[in-house]
Amino acid sequence: MLLEALTLQLGYNATLVAIGAMLLGIAAGVTGTFLFLRKRALVSDAISHATLPGVGLAFIVMVWFGMDGRSLIGLLIGSALSAWVGLLCVQWLSNRTRLSEDSAIGAVLSVFFGAGVVLLTVIQGMSAGRQAGLDSLLLGSTAGMLLSDAILIAVGGALVLALTLLLRRPMSLVAFDSDYAAASGLSVARIDLATMGLVLAVTVVGLKIVGLILIVALLIIPPVTARFWTERTERVWLIAGALGGLSGYVGAAISASAPALPTGPIIVLVAFALFVLSLLFSPARGVLSSVLTHLQYRRRVHRRQGLLALAQGQPIYEGYTLRLLQREGLARADGVATEEGQARAAKALLDEKRWEILRGLQAHEATAARYDGLTNLETILTKDQLRDLDTRIAAPREVTP
Amino acid sequence: MSGAEFVPLSLTPLLIGIFAAIACALPGNFLVLRRQALIGDAISHVVLPGIVVAFLLTGAVTAWPMMLGAAGAALVSVVLIEAIRRLGQIETGAAMGVVFTAMFAGGVLLLERSDTSSVHLDVEHALMGNLESLIWLEATGWHSLLDGDALAGLPPELSRLAVVLLLVVLFTWIFWRPLKISTFDEGFAQVLGMRTGLLGIALVMIAAIAAVAAFDAVGSIIVIAMFICPPAAARLMTDSLGRQVAWSVVFATLSATLGYVFAGYGPLWLGGSDSVSAAGMIATVSGVILALTALFGPRRRGMMA
Repeated sequence: MLLEALTLQLGYNATLVAIGAMLLGIAAGVTGTFLFLRKRALVSDAISHATLPGVGLAFIVMVWFGMDGRSLIGLLIGSALSAWVGLLCVQWLSNRTRLSEDSAIGAVLSVFFGAGVVLLTVIQGMSAGRQAGLDSLLLGSTAGMLLSDAILIAVGGALVLALTLLLRRPMSLVAFDSDYAAASGLSVARIDLATMGLVLAVTVVGLKIVGLILIVALLIIPPVTARFWTERTERVWLIAGALGGLSGYVGAAISASAPALPTGPIIVLVAFALFVLSLLFSPARGVLSSVLTHLQYRRRVHRRQGLLALAQGQPIYEGYTLRLLQREGLARADGVATEEGQARAAKALLDEKRWEILRGLQAHEATAARYDGLTNLETILTKDQLRDLDTRIAAPREVTP
Repeated sequence: MSGAEFVPLSLTPLLIGIFAAIACALPGNFLVLRRQALIGDAISHVVLPGIVVAFLLTGAVTAWPMMLGAAGAALVSVVLIEAIRRLGQIETGAAMGVVFTAMFAGGVLLLERSDTSSVHLDVEHALMGNLESLIWLEATGWHSLLDGDALAGLPPELSRLAVVLLLVVLFTWIFWRPLKISTFDEGFAQVLGMRTGLLGIALVMIAAIAAVAAFDAVGSIIVIAMFICPPAAARLMTDSLGRQVAWSVVFATLSATLGYVFAGYGPLWLGGSDSVSAAGMIATVSGVILALTALFGPRRRGMMA
């Protein structure tokens, strides 16, 4: 069943939803990247909650003029307008009063959402509103999606994606160094507003599929996940778009494969699963790789210290060091060095001696700063330099008793 | 309006609304000043999976397991946010966004998968609460307040919120000085030997307790609004923390009262017949208060020179 859903064989409606969700995921991942890099991820939360009163007002106005209040495009226009007002309120509160941005975000999201709920209850009281089904926009609902809805979502998503790609250079510049961007003649405020406008567009487009409470997840989770895989901006948004698209597509397919699997939450959970996998297993910044790096570092420190002790004929009391040397065949169980152990120990001692000489030399000051008791000097200096160092080590000579 | 109508139908919802508003606004003052305002938002989202899990384990809609479940979920989310922030080196806002949306999605999924259609447990209820239905049917008038039999029929939410409000007030009162110092100058507080990290966690836990208790009665919208709007409005009125807390209590009470009255009677005044959501109206009124203080408050631009 799931395989059929993934290969788009579950029928017309499921296919529409899967493609729509994928496009939405790509657009949200790419747009969300710039929001995340600007460290304003939660502004999207205010924007998405601020859509609700617009939805309610649009419904009331459309019924007033004798139209069908459920027309998706009308509801989306209404939600975009009220989200825009909400965004301006956040900007105004954080720029013109002493309140910080997070307070402004929280105030706008709760108040607009509250006003939206009031409007929803007003609509439930209207004769035309009994079956409005507007609360499906809270959590998204893809059951019975029309072709016209899907086209609207696909076109909207593609348009947002195109605009984001067009604006990606100035937006990443502002995200990384707004002072530099301002100095090079960009209007930071205008670009910020453009970023927010794109986020707003994604939110509005996503209302039908994932709903206004969870659309935030698609804007935040893929960029955060992508950040684990690369250090370069142009790759972050590419990866974030791919992850977002994957989450949307797989999520929609899973939700179509069985009853009582709501599309929005499943898409979010797929995105979250990808996040957890990346957090644990990404090669550069993942938890697993940093644990491994730490263990490897510990092994190197203990091996080096153990070898130095062997070379100087000192007993090893530290349990881990002893076990390590035995496992690697450098020492016997009683702590006496094997043949290979003796060779490696002599080598380690020589290296340590070379470092000691080097640190006393003015000419090698820069190299000496790299001493950490682990690095092999042969990996840093040329053969000639080493030979020069070795001449300074006192040659063995006969000792008169 | 006569007592015979007011006491059974409006007194308890009004009191519950006011208690919930004040219990959230008090810790909200410190959260707003510490730029942690969105913790309330995060907590109110993650409460849903906690309540659903508690329901699935006990199989009934009972108050205490659900409150425990909600508090547990709040604790899990705080730990997760911190873990993701440290392990992944991600800024707090984004870590918060990842955790609370995923947990909320999990809650919705559990709710849809399990058979909760027979009981009153759904997402709309979690968001909007049911303040209007917390009526006191046993009361017949003002004299019922002295009548033991009638008092036994009080909605249990009222006494729970009263206890929580008392707890919050005590916490604020006992830790007033450490809270004040560590909020404004964490370094100085540490020099004085205060455990600022512990205090910060205690503050978040108190906020979570207030949120969970209020959530049970009035839904999550009021919780987020009351954590932020009254303290933010109060901050635009004064530079003194003591006066700010006092203003926030006034604003919270005002929001709850006016919001409840407008929701119940506003549509009647305008010629409508049905009342509208009290939770939504209380949040709206608190927003109007914030807007007014942002436009006319004496300290809206920061410290006066």
